[in-house]
Amino acid sequence: MRGNLENVASLTGHLDRVWHVSWNPDGKLLTSCGGDKTIRVWGTHSKSNEGQGSDWTCKAVLQDGHSRTVRRISWSPCGSLLASASFDGTTCIWSQKNAEFECITTLEGHENEVKSVCWSPSGSLLATCSRDKSVWIWEVDHEDDDYQCVGVLSVHTQDVKNVCWHPHKEVLASCSYDNTIKIFQEEDDDWCCVCTLTGHEATVWGISFDKTGTRLASCSDDNTVKIWQDCNPDGQDGGSSRKTSWKCICTLSGYHTRTIYDIDWCKHSGLLATCSGDDTIHVFQENSVGSSYKPGFSLMACVTNAHSEDINSIRWNPNGDGFLASCGDDGFVKVWKYSQC
Amino acid sequence: MFLTFLGLFQLFMMSSATNGPSSEADTDSEQTHQCGEAEPGTSRGRDDEEGENLEDVAADIYDLIKDIRDPEKPNTLEELEVVFEEGVKVHPIKGQSDRYIIRVEFKPTVPHCSLATLIGLCIRVKLDRSLPQKQKVDIFITKGTHATENEINKQINDKERIAAAMENPNLKELVEKCVADNDT
Repeated sequence: MRGNLENVASLTGHLDRVWHVSWNPDGKLLTSCGGDKTIRVWGTHSKSNEGQGSDWTCKAVLQDGHSRTVRRISWSPCGSLLASASFDGTTCIWSQKNAEFECITTLEGHENEVKSVCWSPSGSLLATCSRDKSVWIWEVDHEDDDYQCVGVLSVHTQDVKNVCWHPHKEVLASCSYDNTIKIFQEEDDDWCCVCTLTGHEATVWGISFDKTGTRLASCSDDNTVKIWQDCNPDGQDGGSSRKTSWKCICTLSGYHTRTIYDIDWCKHSGLLATCSGDDTIHVFQENSVGSSYKPGFSLMACVTNAHSEDINSIRWNPNGDGFLASCGDDGFVKVWKYSQC
Repeated sequence: MFLTFLGLFQLFMMSSATNGPSSEADTDSEQTHQCGEAEPGTSRGRDDEEGENLEDVAADIYDLIKDIRDPEKPNTLEELEVVFEEGVKVHPIKGQSDRYIIRVEFKPTVPHCSLATLIGLCIRVKLDRSLPQKQKVDIFITKGTHATENEINKQINDKERIAAAMENPNLKELVEKCVADNDT
């Protein structure tokens, strides 16, 4: 393999499984959340993340925000707000300054566990999803700290596991226990589902757009990764409704032997990272950019026993320096450095 | 008591609904990686001693689950033949000693969906807590014994759903009663 993943830090502190990791927009802080109902914020003393394991410290522990598992966290693009989604049915919004956090508001409305939360690229919208089968869109007024629900989309037929915004448009993707992925857009001031992507044979756990937003990668309980292409990205059909059509152009199977829980497509390098219940992390690269409709992906790096139990989340550092964070059922948060051989 | 189970399950496990309309998705490029390693379940070149060891492991695991109490009846799952020794299968993971993929099959006594899911939940919780080392556990209903077996299997093997269900105090209490060790 032409790449290498080196473990540079193993962070302990969480008292239960860690469900999700997320870097802040400048890549200097790493946040994690989990079954112990807390959110932990980690950072290094050194200027870059090149510091050794001992340089990483836990800068903050956010507790008492949620009464049950914290499942997902998402940083606003401006970096001053953190949203957390919990099995207690609420989404907390935290304001941060110098790694000190304060809960400024709690969003309620979902009927049961909130599974994911994600800020839009502009920071003016927030999306949440839940086992109640719905996806909610919230409009954010940053001056007044006001959050208004502008859409409740109940088109999935089962538990919605995750939501993810297009990198630069107000287009949302969601994935579900119903084995599908759905794409949402605002049309005539109403949010609606514009496309349903079928093909996975089991729960779809994660989705990630590439840097152009014309491709989407998904990972599933069927142990595969699928790559989907937007076949009509600029299309306007004259009328008010914009036709959209996504097709599966590639399926990666045989790499993971158990559920693939998360996937992240690096917006800088184009590398695709996956993590799984088989305790491994895989990193893929597309063979040649430009051969659009039949791409091939090469396995660049693979770490077996990256964690001693299921790995739940994997995230590239958004500053593009090749750092990758993972977390798992073993209670660890790990930081990896990817390098090309 | 029965209604309570139903109510709880509707609320916390959400039995299935019908699937929505499907649209096509042509897969133009199928990329299948040929793993060099043996599939779990085969025992490439392992000698008889290792084979016996797997049987011992399976027997130990069966011992952990056989005394789980049925949620409704004053009997254990073994007494009701819901779990049975042959239903526990242990597959080695190549390159890792003491790490296995454990498959537990069970036969629910009644066709009711909620009770079958609850039994599956109890088996999973009992094993999560009692196994000396964390293992991969897959739990299934014996094929053909239940009309909605796919839906039940999907719920029992979705660890996020299991984790959320166990954070519900009422459901947790039910499960605790079933998995508690016998005092006698």
